[in-house]
Amino acid sequence: MSSRSRARRVAQLLRAGRPPTTWRDLLAPLVLFAIILGIWYFVSLVVLDPDRRFLLPSPDSVVRVAFLDLDNLEQLLRGLWLSTKVALIGLGVSIVLGMAIAIAMSQARWVEKSVYPYAVVLQTIPTLAMVPLIGFWFDYGFFSRVVVCVLIALFPVISSTLFGLQSVDQGMLDLFRMHRISRWRRLVSLQLPAAMPATFAGFQVSAGLSVVGAVVGDFFFKQGDPGIGVLIDLYRARLLSQQLFGAVILASLLGVVVFVFFGWLSRLVTGRWYGAETP
Amino acid sequence: MTAVEASALVSFDQAAKRYPDGTRALEPVDLTVHDGEFVSVVGASGCGKSTLLRLASGLTPPSSGTVRATAERTGYVFQDPTLLPWRSVRRNVEMLAELTGLPKAEYLPRASELIDLVGLRGFERHRPRALSGGMRMRVSLARSLTLSPDLFLLDEPFGALDEISRERLGDEVLQLFTQRRFRAAIFVTHSVAEAVYLSTRILVMSPRPGRVIAEFEVPFGPQRSSELRFDPAFTRLAAAVSHRLRDGGDGGGV
Repeated sequence: MSSRSRARRVAQLLRAGRPPTTWRDLLAPLVLFAIILGIWYFVSLVVLDPDRRFLLPSPDSVVRVAFLDLDNLEQLLRGLWLSTKVALIGLGVSIVLGMAIAIAMSQARWVEKSVYPYAVVLQTIPTLAMVPLIGFWFDYGFFSRVVVCVLIALFPVISSTLFGLQSVDQGMLDLFRMHRISRWRRLVSLQLPAAMPATFAGFQVSAGLSVVGAVVGDFFFKQGDPGIGVLIDLYRARLLSQQLFGAVILASLLGVVVFVFFGWLSRLVTGRWYGAETP
Repeated sequence: MTAVEASALVSFDQAAKRYPDGTRALEPVDLTVHDGEFVSVVGASGCGKSTLLRLASGLTPPSSGTVRATAERTGYVFQDPTLLPWRSVRRNVEMLAELTGLPKAEYLPRASELIDLVGLRGFERHRPRALSGGMRMRVSLARSLTLSPDLFLLDEPFGALDEISRERLGDEVLQLFTQRRFRAAIFVTHSVAEAVYLSTRILVMSPRPGRVIAEFEVPFGPQRSSELRFDPAFTRLAAAVSHRLRDGGDGGGV
């Protein structure tokens, strides 16, 4: 019973995370956005001296220099594309590896007992401290960037998938046991589908983290083809503050896009099972 | 072996359940359920009725005594319908047959037939959340019956339903029984009227730790209708069962 209500709660949490659906719901965030923009302009144009304006260039100058200057835009988009590839491959590896680990843990108690502490350690060690070491081992190319990404994004997939696999209804498990249904069928027909809402919640968190991983890894390596992280560091060093802001905005947008995409995907797959809509 | 013993589907011989922490879930029980019997077990909540079913199903081994299950196939229906939310009604009904590896040619027509029989035609493609509690329970019943169980174990299957749904489903179970969709049943309930209406035999259990304190033969034939509920003989038997139930543990003796 308790496992069933847990699964229901997960579904509820997922529904609660649904983005605004009516224009009325959109209004409040838009007003807040306008206020933030206003403060931004005020600080940039009124508070800051013109010679210190590079600390916070006005929004229109950011758009003009970073996005409307085609050379600058091309550089930014190239960096963004590289980081996006790193993030998506890192996320893909995290999902496959994380689910495999979680499934192994769910099938045998001893695997769970021996692996889980290290999964937690993975989550708690300062991954940033590992970044130079990873570069040292694997060189500073694409592969190392993906490794950093996986290190940061792996844990939520493991923990939420495992939680989902273990929150299967006890009565169902009894039924499967009584009729001697094989482990494999139990996994495929019962545990994995039951874990979907929780697993997708994990994917969503990991998707956001994989973007962080891609940008951070890039930022620290400063070598190889420049991703958005290298560009951020470059623009900072050269005081190209409009482009710096542009790069930060694009990196943030990437994070938001993958996060929203996975939320949507999750509702697409599991919403019809638990949601209130008619079939 | 006598003919009667040969038809036994499950027999308890001083079977008891005590958990390692010392909880006495069920005191020693002797019980044999034969082909053609519908045995109801009534008792207060927590008296070990469900434990008795778990022992009969083999899900839980007795801590002392023996439970000998001779039924080849056992069906088990819980109070909660325990359906898979991602499967349609039809696919839920087919679930056990499919996963236990029955040939499709065998279970597909049987599933369709059972869906008709429990009144779910037209709802095959609905998902469980679109159904009422009573309809979900029908799916659960049909699912168990796809395996053609010899012994049918029902653990307060109507406990969460309203009065009207309960009576209707009771009639359906009775009909399934007279059609020999299962050969014998153990039906756990806390409703005396339900027990009298459905059963051929009623066991009354004492409050915790549970033991069987009384046993009643139900004299009504297999064909029963809801008028039976207003029959004086029905009322008398229900009163007698209620009386024993209220007496509880003191007195004892079967």
